[in-house]
Amino acid sequence: MTAQLALILILLIPAAAAVLIPVVGNKPNVREAVSILAGVLLLGVVVWLVHHVGLSPDNRPELFLIEFAGGFELKLKLEPLGAVFAAIASSLWLVNTVFTIGYMRGNKEKNQTRFYICVAIAISAVMGIASSANLITLFVFYEILTLSTFPLVTHKGDAKAKKGGRIYLMILMATSLGLLLPAIIVTHVLAGTTDFQVGGIFPAGFSTFAASILLFLFAFGIGKAALMPIHPWLPNAMVAPTPVSALLHAVAVVKAGVFTMLKVTVYIFGPDLMGETPASTVLVWVAALTIVLASIIALRKDNLKARLAYSTISQLAYITLGAMLATSFAIVGGGLQIIMHAWGKITLFMCAGAIYTVVHRTEISSLNGLGRSMPWVFGAFLVGALSIIGVPPMGGSWPKFFLMMGALDAGQQAILWVLILSSLLNVAYLIPVAARGFLLKPDNPRSDAQIAAQLKKHRFVRFAPVFTAAGAFVLFFFIGPLVDYLKPILPAHMTGGL
Amino acid sequence: MTMVFEHFNFAVVIVLMMTGLFAVFASHNMIKKLVGLSVFQTSVFLLYISISKVTGGRPPVLSKKELHGYGGYDKAGDGADAAYKTVSETAEIIYSNPLPHVLILTAIVVGVATLAIGLALVVRTREEYGSIEEDEIDAYNYQDNLEGASR
Amino acid sequence: MDLLSLFPEWVLVHGPAAIVVLPLMVGALIALSPSEKLSWATTWFVTGLSGLMSLGLLLQVISHGPIAYAMGGWKPPLGIAYSVDGLNAPILLLISVIAFVCTVYALPSVIAEVEPEKRSPFYAAFLLSFAGLMGMVVTADAFNVCVFLEVSSISTYALVAMGSSRDRRALPSSFNYLIMGSIGATFFVIGIGFLYMQTGTLNMMDMARVLQDIGPGDRVVQLAFAFIVIGLGLKLAMFPLHTWLPTAYAYAPSFFTAFLAATATKAALYLLLRFTFTVFDPSWHFISNALMVIIAGLGILGMLAASLQAIFQSDIRRVLAFSSVAQVGYILLGIGMATTLGLTAGYLHILNHAIMKGALFLAVGAFWYRFGITKVSDMRGLGTTMPWTMAGFTVAGLSLIGVPGTVGFVSKLALAQAAAENGWWWAIGVIVLSSVLAIVYVGRMIEQAYFQPVPKINDKYIKRNEAPLTMLIPLWTLALASVAFGIDSHWPTSLAQGAAQVLGDGPILLVRETMPAIPAIPSTGGH
Repeated sequence: MTAQLALILILLIPAAAAVLIPVVGNKPNVREAVSILAGVLLLGVVVWLVHHVGLSPDNRPELFLIEFAGGFELKLKLEPLGAVFAAIASSLWLVNTVFTIGYMRGNKEKNQTRFYICVAIAISAVMGIASSANLITLFVFYEILTLSTFPLVTHKGDAKAKKGGRIYLMILMATSLGLLLPAIIVTHVLAGTTDFQVGGIFPAGFSTFAASILLFLFAFGIGKAALMPIHPWLPNAMVAPTPVSALLHAVAVVKAGVFTMLKVTVYIFGPDLMGETPASTVLVWVAALTIVLASIIALRKDNLKARLAYSTISQLAYITLGAMLATSFAIVGGGLQIIMHAWGKITLFMCAGAIYTVVHRTEISSLNGLGRSMPWVFGAFLVGALSIIGVPPMGGSWPKFFLMMGALDAGQQAILWVLILSSLLNVAYLIPVAARGFLLKPDNPRSDAQIAAQLKKHRFVRFAPVFTAAGAFVLFFFIGPLVDYLKPILPAHMTGGL
Repeated sequence: MTMVFEHFNFAVVIVLMMTGLFAVFASHNMIKKLVGLSVFQTSVFLLYISISKVTGGRPPVLSKKELHGYGGYDKAGDGADAAYKTVSETAEIIYSNPLPHVLILTAIVVGVATLAIGLALVVRTREEYGSIEEDEIDAYNYQDNLEGASR
Repeated sequence: MDLLSLFPEWVLVHGPAAIVVLPLMVGALIALSPSEKLSWATTWFVTGLSGLMSLGLLLQVISHGPIAYAMGGWKPPLGIAYSVDGLNAPILLLISVIAFVCTVYALPSVIAEVEPEKRSPFYAAFLLSFAGLMGMVVTADAFNVCVFLEVSSISTYALVAMGSSRDRRALPSSFNYLIMGSIGATFFVIGIGFLYMQTGTLNMMDMARVLQDIGPGDRVVQLAFAFIVIGLGLKLAMFPLHTWLPTAYAYAPSFFTAFLAATATKAALYLLLRFTFTVFDPSWHFISNALMVIIAGLGILGMLAASLQAIFQSDIRRVLAFSSVAQVGYILLGIGMATTLGLTAGYLHILNHAIMKGALFLAVGAFWYRFGITKVSDMRGLGTTMPWTMAGFTVAGLSLIGVPGTVGFVSKLALAQAAAENGWWWAIGVIVLSSVLAIVYVGRMIEQAYFQPVPKINDKYIKRNEAPLTMLIPLWTLALASVAFGIDSHWPTSLAQGAAQVLGDGPILLVRETMPAIPAIPSTGGH
């Protein structure tokens, strides 16, 4: 298998699934089989590519698609950061597909065929984002992702879903067209190219003033990164069915946002220019503020998914923070956070979905004692929560450590305290959910017992969260290879300390 | 003073032009506006015609003798050459420039057409609105807008 | 080029005259036609034929250079010359293709909007307007420009007024247009008069030659330039001389609005380019100052102010009309840079804007045709009730914003690059700001159509009622063109570069000795 073929395959496999699914739409079993088969195939190809890219710094498969208007090209090129992102998205897609099947059937959702088509297109777009070679290609797939997830957000079709979907689409489209696209054009004009290059594309001695303005445009234009005050789309998108929230709003969409953010800072500006630009310091504090404020809002939410949504906003800002600090530790920390948070947060979302499927409860205050009848689900939730908080030996502890190191390197001691404060807030809003389940007595023991008996019918839904929780734990031990893998994204003179 | 008389034609043109433009902008009556527009256009006709006069020039009409001398205008293809010769080789006879007159003939036709369309519009407006005062028509339009909004 | 060999010789030789004379004569004839169907078919045929001839001329210009034509065999500079070069050939093709495409649409639209006895004259007036625009663009004689300008304008006033059977406000807006348009045209005539006074010639090339001898210091030449710019500024809706445009666009019959929006201001823009760069000399200080301060400055003012005004309009067509003023601002900004890149970008936007604005106005006409919709607030639910029409509208709307993959993006990118090359960084900021405003006013309409519920009548949702195919096909032709040329923009870009090349060569110094040989005239034709 040549790398170029593999590169186009990761785009085409989900796209082919999207074409096949409606053909077999009236046979649910075949339809789901197509989804799973595509997931397995995709994961296989992505794993091969990840391995290939990791072998040598020269292995950067490239594929030219078409030349676009005015010197813009649609081009694919896979580098370590993209490979990692593709790996997370494809592996979690497979896991999530298994979970989705249980959830969608358990809740007898309508329009399931449309649902699977849109998910497949969205994954194809995610693969495009992960493997794009320049900003314009990334932008095109970014927009496809926005559009293809819109029907998923409004899946329920009621007034609330439509309103949420509208806000979702409006904010994402307005920021991307109004800020991100101009930023890309200006970058193209100033640097003569938008190709991602290690160390950045702007010439030495580039005006820091222009760089500052561009950085602001990018930071707020990448609406999917949910930096405050561009975040309201995320809680509003939680009207979607839980598997969508799990996959798209913990993995694909938001991670596409922060991934773009990292790509821009690492490969467009380059860490050196980032350090010189005054805007990055301002944005570090915007990110810090987002971390703390979103955590505080999360604390006040009783709806489990809403709480998780604000938790996501807070955790995403870690990655933006890493990107803006732009020291070697901070950037690698940001990259690690993409991986670790994805596994942790998808676990939490799938637990929320499992709880909803089995007992139809969405409010945290109604979960008392449920952990006794659903130990696996709540156990998985606890593990995921610990990973998000950053307690060793969970995978989530590493990015926090790296970010703290990065903050110190950048001379921002205050950020260290922000991170510590955030971890405490994480404890405060995540642990009580598990604690209620395990420690408190059920409000109504009899009905809880009856509902728990139903669990047998929905045995399916608990496998996926347990699996991802295990993943969040296992990843702790693979930190060495992961850091080595991510090292080549930094310019050569910065890799010394790692 | 001599300057004013040397450029007497321009002074007339300017006065007419400004009168016309003032009438267009200052009056609310559609007919008065058209009158102003016509005066304005007429000033331009005057400008063209006055600049065509060459001091001491004859009316640009060839006598029979001259026509005979240059072969006449019977063939279109040769016409341009002949006309060209007329200008260059008969320098002793000075003619006024005939071209502006021809241009203005066209411009007059255009002006008439514009006026005709304008007057037709005034008639139709009067039929629809019952008025040819622009401020009254604006008031009706404002009403139309409100009705449109409530629909 | 192989395609070129398909055109008969006479098209390439007599095409410059035929594309004007044919619609002019047929237009006069069909005014008498008793059957509107016959008038429509004739119009369709004539615009199609003009389009084909324009294509032939364009191909000929690309492969063999400029074409000169002496009207009636009278040699320039005394006779009237027509010339087709890289600058006006694409505009000719654009006008005739848009006319052809829009005429398909006219069949249902005119039946719905114009009284039966006025339909044949309607088509006649349309052909005259079309002939006038083509004449303005193809002629190389300055006074001939004035004449064709008036031919197209006068027929346009009549056509705008024909919207009165739909909305009586068409009458005062047509009258307003008549006053402003006549003043503009007269200013232009004054400018030409001054030029004639100083140069003694009306042929543009000859004028350019004599003007070079006179030089930039002459006050009358300066005055002539001022009059010409203001006169054309009125015609091309240069901010703040645009006040006639929104109402004229809003109340004219749908079909004609689409044609007008796509072509009329474009022909005037072409004239501005032609006079500023090839008759006058852009290196003269007063012209370079005017380009930078007045043309670019007013362009920028228009981009911002008109976009802002567009946001607050309630009538869909007024939104789009103000957007047109803003888009003219983009073009003027490109022209004002007076660099090769800037002119290329401006010219490209002339072509691109015609395509997308045409599509938008066609869609709006279809909304009225089916549901009588004129207000933005009435667009709710159109995504469900007229899915195809609305999808076409959306594609063109995205192009107006400048989304990648559409022509709007191509020209905005070219403009931004030109601004950067010229060192006008602030202009990029203005382009961005104006695009953001475009998101707001286009987004407002798209939001109504897709995110507001379908309205109910007697407690029942309005049923799906798609526009007829004769409307959808022209709409989608333009919408798809805006995507196709957005993805592969090589062809329009090469045309724009060719035009910028002509402009960059400066004043045309071809004198009569170097004029190409005049083609033989058949004994019957000509005058």
